[in-house]
Amino acid sequence: MSNSGATTVSVANPMLPGRQTVPMLSVVSSASGLINGFFEWFGSLGIFSWNVLKAAATPPYEWRELIRQLDEVGSKSLPLVAMAGAAIGVVISLEARYSLSRFGAKSMFPATLVYSVIQVMGPIITGLVVCGRVGAGIGAELASMKVTEQIDAIEACAINPYRLLAATRILACILMLPLLTLGTDACALLTGWFAQTLVEPLSFHQFIQAGFKGATFNSFLPQTFKTGVYGMIIGLIACFQGMRTRGGAEGVGRAATNSVVLGSLFVILADVVLVKFILVVFP
Amino acid sequence: MTTAYDTAMIQGIPEENVSVPVVAVDNVHKSFGALKVLKGINLSVNRGETLAVLGRSGTGKSVLLRLIIGIETPDLGTICIHGQDIADLAIDQMGRIRKKIGFLFQHAALYDSLTIAENVAFPLEHHRRDMSQSERNDRVKQLLAEVGMEGDFRKLPSEISGGMQKRVGLARALALEPEILLLDEPTAGLDPISSGEIDDLILKLQRERQMASIVVTHDLHSARTIANRLTLLNEGEIVIEGTFDDLQQSNIGFVNEFLKQS
Repeated sequence: MSNSGATTVSVANPMLPGRQTVPMLSVVSSASGLINGFFEWFGSLGIFSWNVLKAAATPPYEWRELIRQLDEVGSKSLPLVAMAGAAIGVVISLEARYSLSRFGAKSMFPATLVYSVIQVMGPIITGLVVCGRVGAGIGAELASMKVTEQIDAIEACAINPYRLLAATRILACILMLPLLTLGTDACALLTGWFAQTLVEPLSFHQFIQAGFKGATFNSFLPQTFKTGVYGMIIGLIACFQGMRTRGGAEGVGRAATNSVVLGSLFVILADVVLVKFILVVFP
Repeated sequence: MTTAYDTAMIQGIPEENVSVPVVAVDNVHKSFGALKVLKGINLSVNRGETLAVLGRSGTGKSVLLRLIIGIETPDLGTICIHGQDIADLAIDQMGRIRKKIGFLFQHAALYDSLTIAENVAFPLEHHRRDMSQSERNDRVKQLLAEVGMEGDFRKLPSEISGGMQKRVGLARALALEPEILLLDEPTAGLDPISSGEIDDLILKLQRERQMASIVVTHDLHSARTIANRLTLLNEGEIVIEGTFDDLQQSNIGFVNEFLKQS
């Protein structure tokens, strides 16, 4: 017990000579600040989501802005997700061939590639790649508008910024992610087949027949459309981070970074939940 | 001390129009965290009248305008536009009120990814969907001509000067033919010639449109030129309100100091 009556904890700090003591109260204070910040963030996100939902559900609808965002999110992300898909197709092909050969199961290669890509890798890779491109873009754009009062100017022009800026971007992400996932899957299967064919010739027709043998609706469609949830997460977090920015250029940078980091984190967490949900609801 | 009623009578505004101010701010308080910015502000503006809000930097002048347009909400007190309290209105309800208000931001707040013409057309595209594209284009040209803008309207805001940005911002604020005009530091950062041109422009618009205007400025010369009444803020409170002569004749220390330094 120190002279002041506060309980102290001795902490050895290798960066400084000797022992450094940290008052317990400041540790508790820091922890409570973090917890407060955590709940404040989620509370603000909840209020923001409600405002966006109300705005999206009531006219006048911003169709022109929605179409612009569909192009921005969808067609401009396609080359990137296609390249990502092509890369994972080759990687899975090389790894699967090696593993299956060890267990004498080379005939399972087409199904392994198809199921790995469509059920697991395609959706998550698409989500993370789009989060990096679109999340950062939306976060930075809206943050820049916020710090230069452009969002206030939109509101002063009697236009609802939740409807014009947030709802259109979030809806574009929800609609485009499943389509982009199909693009990723297609490129992955194509390059995966091509990588395999270079070693052991196999016609594309045979590959598709073997890969999709016995497949049902539940095998692939739920996993593809779950990316709509990823799109909602990416759009919502990026718009939220952007529209609450303070602090000039530094704030804009922070908003862009946080949009990607938090968006990626929540996409991965959502994947964990959705995989289980799909296994239960679509057995 | 000259009141809003006195000014209205001098201007010949019918008495029945004077009793309900277009903008009425009643006992408004606003804080940001521990910082109290506005402490019990009372003011009103009638149709055809221009009120200048003066004060040192950081005394809450811009916050007052943001409260009137509804971008911020007061902690205490009421703000009425045409007799309607705007404090608890939802964003879409507030939108109906905002169509009657034109707001010029301190740094113009032009949309930097849109051209000059697209900036001015922006409110028309959203609120005047009855207009055809050519009607909208004509209206944009008319508005830009009204504020003295010439040249290539396909330029981006970053490609024009600060004075031109203010003019474009003013044209955008006038697009929906507002009844109320809120101007935040319209001459800030401009050279004396450009400031004079903006003042002349505001006076011309006032003569032609008879709007109720509130101009926030620290430029006493500009305020004296364009305003019917002046209000001086200090530390979040109104120190004096009246004509320029009332301020000159005041024996309040802060008022004399402000006039001396301006």
